[in-house]
Amino acid sequence: MNTLEIKNLNVSIDGQAILKDFNLTIPKGEVHALMGPNGTGKSTLAKVMAGHEDYTVESGEVLLDGVNILGEEPDQIAKAGLFLAFQYPLEIPGVSIANFIRAARQARLPEGEEINAVEYYKELYAKMDALKMDRKFTARSLNEGFSGGEKKRCEILQMSMLEPKYCVMDETDSGLDIDALRIVSEGVNMMRAEDRAFLIITHYQRLLDYIVPDVVHVMFDGRIVHSGDAELAKELESKGYDWVKEEFAGATA
Amino acid sequence: MSDTDIQDEAINVDTEKGNFKYPENYEFDAGVGLNEDTVKYISKVKKEAPWILDFRLKALEIFSKKPMPTKWADQDLDNIKFDEIRYYLSKGQQPARSWDDVPDDVKETFERLGIPEQERKFLAGVEAQFDSEASYSRMKEDLEKEGVIFVGSSEGLEKYPEIFKPYFGKVIPTSDNKFSALNSATFSGGSFIYVPKGVKLKQPLQAYFRINAENFGQFERTLIIADEDSEITYMEGCTAPKFETATLHSAVVELVALKNAKIQYITVQNWSSNVFNLVTKRGMADEGAEVKWIDCNIGSRLTMKYPGVVLKGKGARGEVLSIALANDGQHQDTGAKMMHLADNTTSNIISKSISIGEGRSTYRGQVHMPKHLKNCKNNTECDALLINTNSRTDTYPAITTRGENNTVQHEASVSKVSAEQIFYMMQRGLSEGEAMSLAVNGFVNELMKAFPMEYSVELKRLIDMEMEGSVG
Repeated sequence: MNTLEIKNLNVSIDGQAILKDFNLTIPKGEVHALMGPNGTGKSTLAKVMAGHEDYTVESGEVLLDGVNILGEEPDQIAKAGLFLAFQYPLEIPGVSIANFIRAARQARLPEGEEINAVEYYKELYAKMDALKMDRKFTARSLNEGFSGGEKKRCEILQMSMLEPKYCVMDETDSGLDIDALRIVSEGVNMMRAEDRAFLIITHYQRLLDYIVPDVVHVMFDGRIVHSGDAELAKELESKGYDWVKEEFAGATA
Repeated sequence: MSDTDIQDEAINVDTEKGNFKYPENYEFDAGVGLNEDTVKYISKVKKEAPWILDFRLKALEIFSKKPMPTKWADQDLDNIKFDEIRYYLSKGQQPARSWDDVPDDVKETFERLGIPEQERKFLAGVEAQFDSEASYSRMKEDLEKEGVIFVGSSEGLEKYPEIFKPYFGKVIPTSDNKFSALNSATFSGGSFIYVPKGVKLKQPLQAYFRINAENFGQFERTLIIADEDSEITYMEGCTAPKFETATLHSAVVELVALKNAKIQYITVQNWSSNVFNLVTKRGMADEGAEVKWIDCNIGSRLTMKYPGVVLKGKGARGEVLSIALANDGQHQDTGAKMMHLADNTTSNIISKSISIGEGRSTYRGQVHMPKHLKNCKNNTECDALLINTNSRTDTYPAITTRGENNTVQHEASVSKVSAEQIFYMMQRGLSEGEAMSLAVNGFVNELMKAFPMEYSVELKRLIDMEMEGSVG
């Protein structure tokens, strides 16, 4: 029960199949990396799990602790404990980081219950310090005019403030310089816990030098074609994805 | 959910707080339709001086002759049936000075709207108008001792003609437009305020306008005179229940800021979606004086309102900060006018409009700076936010600047709340309504910082309600 389980998931967009009988199980306490060439459906998987309405789910299930979340509204999925760190976080003009996270926290409370502002800010500042974010950022509009690295740090800040059970991180390493990569990774490593699981979607191996995964999956043409330990990521790095294409193109055709 | 369902839901929710009514029970009723007898009836029950009746009758004539402004304005104006409207309904002409003396149904109405509570918390005085007349009016005693006058229009003209008559109908002449003429013929209620030299009100005065009757027209008349070096903030709120038939609200508001005086006039209009809200508002600023309009239009079927400032004396300042929210079936046609008539005058216009669903927002601005003036400045910003592709927004800025040392700045923007932004916010656990509400609040956030706190809270609450209601 303490798992994120994706069962026989088939998803299409505009009639074109993207995920094909996709299966994956991540127990709490583990970090899984999902790697693969561009266009194999990694980001689609992340968005479908989060309830994005542009995709058509043909069949299958996504079970959070045994409960299917497919078909639920994005806010319900979020409240059920799934967090998606976006590849391209959206800008929300006029809404400060502090107010946004506070509204998200408030949305999780029962009706009539209010957030304790003093404790909230204490926690927010401590987590910003850990991510080496300037405290002045709390007053800035969410993601507006942020650099790529600032946006990603802000995603990790939100993730750590909302304390999800399942974290899906979509290409969090893209657009990060080496220092930002290290800080973001530290933030994630601090969140690793027995009661939390991570799915880290990435194209490159370098993020996995900092966040060492328990399992690495290789995705190709809408499904996982190969799984292994952290060494697999290094192997992919040296061999490149052409090897995957050659190895599995025939099998999936 | 079909389109009509969405619309119904939006309307029901947005007027939740104001959408109730009590049975009609009036001692004074001018009947249906408008003619000389109607005007004479109103004047008679108010026991007015002959010059006021003459003023009304002349206005009626002007009203009858003026065409509808439909050549440039919304054709929906033609749907106002002047013959089917009731022009005067009241339970008596004297407002109570204590809530205990207010008739029960009226008192309950204002209690449900939270007026007595606000009065206790932060107001210097309150006037609560129920249909044609104020039911309650009271100001703190220390202000009375300082010579501040806060009364209804009839009482103001009767008791203090030497103060009010010189300015009555002078900032906005009867013939200004068809609806200022209509108001001049039928006016009843509203606030007449005089702030003596050097008196600075620390707390706001408030008027609350409530329409309870169906097929009714409310025509309050407000005149605020701030004498030299004085300061006043005045706030008005409006609601009505939702009726099947159209209701008309057509006010005239005149502000006079004498040398170095400051007037701030704040409106939060939340009429139900059957109200035609056609209001003329203008202020006159003498040397060194400041007139500031803060104007928030959330409800109504059609609002046409362009608060203006005549910058008459050197160094006068004028400001219009406005927020308009047009939901399904609504048209907010709003804007601002700045007439620079002296050197070193400055004006600032910031307009933010939000259009949702089939809602429509229009900005009309007019800035006039003649050639012979020096060192005049205007800044105009109008920003529109569209939520979903059906909404419509138009901007008609008319800026006439002549003269070499005068400067104007004009910026306009249109932005959209995208489906991806909503998805992003929902992924953090916010409902669709909460996400839209946050985006809208973000859009008006900077501007709201200029508002008194109590009003930003109220406005935020109204926006939240409106956005919750617009989710299908």
